[in-house]
Amino acid sequence: MKRLYSKIAISAVVGAVLAVGGFGAAQAQKVKRGGILSFVVGSKIPSYDGHVESTFGMIHPIRPFYSLLIRINPDNPSSPTDFICDLCKGKVPAGADGGKTYTFKIRTGVQFHDGTPLTAHDIVATYNKIIFPPKGIASSRKAFFKMVESVSAPDDFTVVFKLKFPSGAFIPSVATPFNFIYSKKDLDTRGYTWHKKNINGTGAFSFVQHQPGSFVEGKAYARYHHIGKPYLDGFKAISAPKMALRLQAIRGDRASIEFRGFPPKARDDLVKALGDKITVQESDWNCVLMFTPNQDRKPFDDVRVRKALNLAVDRWEGSKYLSKIAIVKTVGGVVFPGHPLAATEAELVKLTGFGKDIEKSRAEARRLLKEAGVKEGFTFDFSNRAVDQPYKVVGTWLVGQWKKIGLIAKQRVQPSGPFYNTLRKSSDFDVSIDFNCQSVINPIADVTKFLGSAGNNYGNYDDPVLEKIYDRLLRAETESDQRKIMREYENRAINEMAHLGITLWWYKINPHRSYVKGWKIAPSHYLNQSLDQIWLDK
Amino acid sequence: MYKYIVKRVLLMIPTLIGAAVLVFFLLRLIPGDVCELRLAGSGLYADPAEIELCRTNLGLNDPVFIQFADFVIGFLILDLGDSMWTGKPITFEIGLRFQLSLQVAFMATFVAVLISIPLGTISAIKQDTWIDYVVRIFSIAGIAIPSFWLGIMIILGLLILTQKFLGTPWMPPIEYVSPFEDPLGNMAQLIWPSVATGYRYSAVATRMTRSALLEVLREDYIRTARAKGLLEKVIINRHALKNSLLPVVTVIGIEFAFLMGGLVVTEQVFNLNGLGKLFVESVLNNDYTMTQALVMIVVAVFVFTNFVVDLFYAWLDPRIRYG
Amino acid sequence: MAVASEVQADVKLDELFPAKPWHAVAIDLIRRYPLGAAGAVIVVVMILMAIFADVLSPYDPEENAFEFMLTPPGLQFWMGTDQFGRDILTRLVYGARTALFVGFSCAFIGAFTGLVLGVASAYFGGRFDLIFQRVMDVFMAFPLIIMALAVVSIFGTGTQNVIIAITIPFIPRCARVVRSSALAIREIPYVDAARACGFSDARIILRHMVPNVMAPFLIMISAFVGQAILLEASLSYLGLGVQEPTPAWGLMLQGGAEEYAESAPWVAIWPGIAISLAVFGFNLFGDALRDALDPKLRAQ
Repeated sequence: MKRLYSKIAISAVVGAVLAVGGFGAAQAQKVKRGGILSFVVGSKIPSYDGHVESTFGMIHPIRPFYSLLIRINPDNPSSPTDFICDLCKGKVPAGADGGKTYTFKIRTGVQFHDGTPLTAHDIVATYNKIIFPPKGIASSRKAFFKMVESVSAPDDFTVVFKLKFPSGAFIPSVATPFNFIYSKKDLDTRGYTWHKKNINGTGAFSFVQHQPGSFVEGKAYARYHHIGKPYLDGFKAISAPKMALRLQAIRGDRASIEFRGFPPKARDDLVKALGDKITVQESDWNCVLMFTPNQDRKPFDDVRVRKALNLAVDRWEGSKYLSKIAIVKTVGGVVFPGHPLAATEAELVKLTGFGKDIEKSRAEARRLLKEAGVKEGFTFDFSNRAVDQPYKVVGTWLVGQWKKIGLIAKQRVQPSGPFYNTLRKSSDFDVSIDFNCQSVINPIADVTKFLGSAGNNYGNYDDPVLEKIYDRLLRAETESDQRKIMREYENRAINEMAHLGITLWWYKINPHRSYVKGWKIAPSHYLNQSLDQIWLDK
Repeated sequence: MYKYIVKRVLLMIPTLIGAAVLVFFLLRLIPGDVCELRLAGSGLYADPAEIELCRTNLGLNDPVFIQFADFVIGFLILDLGDSMWTGKPITFEIGLRFQLSLQVAFMATFVAVLISIPLGTISAIKQDTWIDYVVRIFSIAGIAIPSFWLGIMIILGLLILTQKFLGTPWMPPIEYVSPFEDPLGNMAQLIWPSVATGYRYSAVATRMTRSALLEVLREDYIRTARAKGLLEKVIINRHALKNSLLPVVTVIGIEFAFLMGGLVVTEQVFNLNGLGKLFVESVLNNDYTMTQALVMIVVAVFVFTNFVVDLFYAWLDPRIRYG
Repeated sequence: MAVASEVQADVKLDELFPAKPWHAVAIDLIRRYPLGAAGAVIVVVMILMAIFADVLSPYDPEENAFEFMLTPPGLQFWMGTDQFGRDILTRLVYGARTALFVGFSCAFIGAFTGLVLGVASAYFGGRFDLIFQRVMDVFMAFPLIIMALAVVSIFGTGTQNVIIAITIPFIPRCARVVRSSALAIREIPYVDAARACGFSDARIILRHMVPNVMAPFLIMISAFVGQAILLEASLSYLGLGVQEPTPAWGLMLQGGAEEYAESAPWVAIWPGIAISLAVFGFNLFGDALRDALDPKLRAQ
């Protein structure tokens, strides 16, 4: 019976979408409407509340139900600076009042899935929840908005953000895909935790059902504010924790796409088996895999030992081979490769451990170890996470690299829970796998990872020099200044102190069924997941 | 007999309490907690204050004995509470998976019985002939082949073979549909794991059928039947098989109880949203409430099955009652 | 399963192995238990592989050699290489070492602890037996793989912890079987006689009871080795067992093997066959042992 209802509901929605499609047709002639997009998700949904959770396991199935104030341009998602309005109108505003006031004009006629009209007050209530949550209410991205003084709505369709100080990090923070816009009515009448278990948004799709552990189903929302979209009738996000199975699902056409990423060998196999039925999209990925030496422990408090660890690792050869079997590829410094602030190759090879003559580097590493009094065959504990891609693959590679300078790393692999406990709480490791993985590309915010004072730095060190450079970086106004200071920062963190060892940046490969159109790969698996652009060429 | 039953029921209580204590403290010994994982697990920026808040909200900062009392009282009044990971009621989460696990367990049992009774019988009658050897090799292979490996080979084999012969690769569906909604789709998904598990399960049952039958065939009354000149077929069907089924049924019963919570690895391979997968996920997520509930259910089922089996044997063999 | 182990113990081992020249005994055994003999051959080959791993293989099982990544089977690498360019045959041979080490350690530690506890429980009876049985019940009822998961999560992964994880659930299983055999024996007059003679508890347990529960005990051990190898493979496959770069069969199936199973099937096929064959061998051997020790099942 339930099934019958949903069928009727879907056909009603199809009718509505077709009617709307009439006048939107000119701009998208080739687009075919209809169909259900099935995709596989490798992680689980904790709760539906975007303001609290931080996993793509929640973003992929739930983000399509919600809208944001602004989002990255779905037609140009690879650009780290191209933001467009989602619920606001016109262009993304530039800061007025010396960069301290941002005024957003809100679209009219937008309705939540339950029929409540959206006004500026909903957006204010949402951002007040994110930035100034009441006591006892969780908000994971509060710290992103430290520069915000107040959010207000002078009228029903205007939202004003007042900042304490101008900051280039503000707009990217607003575009963060976790900032789902909730209705003020829901927050007021149902409370601030209602959204953990319930969904009511203005997104392209409305919620149909969620079978925990199995799938989430959504159907097209007829009154979606981007007129003419979505093109799909609905989507189904199927949970599949094993990568091999996700791959097989695409091959057997049980799913059309997976939005996180597959290793290159898997891509090759799919293409070999299915030819042009598979389309592959690839992009650099805003995640980097590192190793963190614990400076509370001897001999890793000695910069020579940390440098030796870095010098032993042949990143260029690693890139060549690991990029065939793992989701890592690009050699880069502290900044996302390809970003204007990133080091060029010429700048990169000057950094410790990035030189192209690996024999020379390793000889230097052995010399440093000897000088530091570390003997051949020195054994240390290397903590890693029991996730294959890319942690264990890169870990096994690193163990082999260190062996080449006479160091024996005993790999200790733990499931995610205990691994985090080791890394964050008990700190009982010599060297640990570590990583930095962010959504919207925002290098000046992302590089805080290297500061000893940062909440997500686990090296147990304090480097006032680095902190001072960072202060200057934060205040730098022009890009060329930022670039210059960023080099100083990189030089201090990597070259002089070797606080953290950068291995390789991740590389996102999304092979999907060729009939999936309209989706463009973004440099993060958190981005461009509203699904309103996608259509099926079937 | 009544006295024995009462005694056995009373003996179930300490086992359940023991399991409750064990699972409670075992889980709290596992490093890490559900909040760290949820908020910091993806490598994004994580605010330590938020993690602390999450812990407080879930009751993880309460004194241990209060948490334990909550758990035990909840179990006693059959209110299992909410999962720490999803925040949904545990009864709902388990109910969702129960249907699938129950169905696979039934289907696997069916496969196992279908294979094991005839094979075990033939093997016993033809003891030490080549037929016996083939059957035994077949059944021991069932125990020896890791079921996850068999599963991988089945899925891969299906994909490759269908592509070769039908042109398009086919694989079993990866999400569950109820057999009442779509019986064909349901079968297409569950038949493979049922065969993979059923084969392994049949191996145990075949061996049991064989040895039980061999034992019965040595009994005096069979000799008498033979002496009477009854046909071998009649002897086997009427007398021997019937009397040797008891231990076989016991083994099948116990294995069935195991299957309900024990398809851990097979469910991973076939992406089945069953109790086994829930089990592994909740342990790995440090989801205390869910793991506690699951363990208690599995233990209760196990204890109860054993109770029934024991009663059965006590009824058969009075010596046990007074032993 | 409970029934399978209720084996009568009224057979003496020397009855099975009468004083004949060893080759005659061997031929005789092969003739009587051809499957068991096949199992024994598999087990012996495995043991030899484990002992002589260093001699047998020219490659290093742990050394990455990316230039040979995923080479198909051929003259240089008989079974091909994995995604780190390591020779699969070499890793299989060394993997036998891991499998046997885990298998035998778990089986012996688990079975001996179970033996001691089971016999003691049966001998002392009364309150000790009652409490002890409840504790064993808890461990029996506790889902095996969950126990293993918990132990590995608490102590971390790695070979020793895998052994602990697998051994713990074995103890109650063995203790229970041994206890029921021992209970039957306790009622036999000669134990009473021994007690009447004033022998110490320890002496009665060790000299009179233990030898008489040897038959189910031996069968148990042979079954445990196979089970432990399978469990280790399953745990490693779930990513919770032995860790890279240690060569272990279950680990070889985990990770890349499945994803590359089509274009590089050798990575997934050989370790699976190795696990199956090893467990198969131990089970054949164990079955023959059971047949030999249990007169009821012997052919007329």
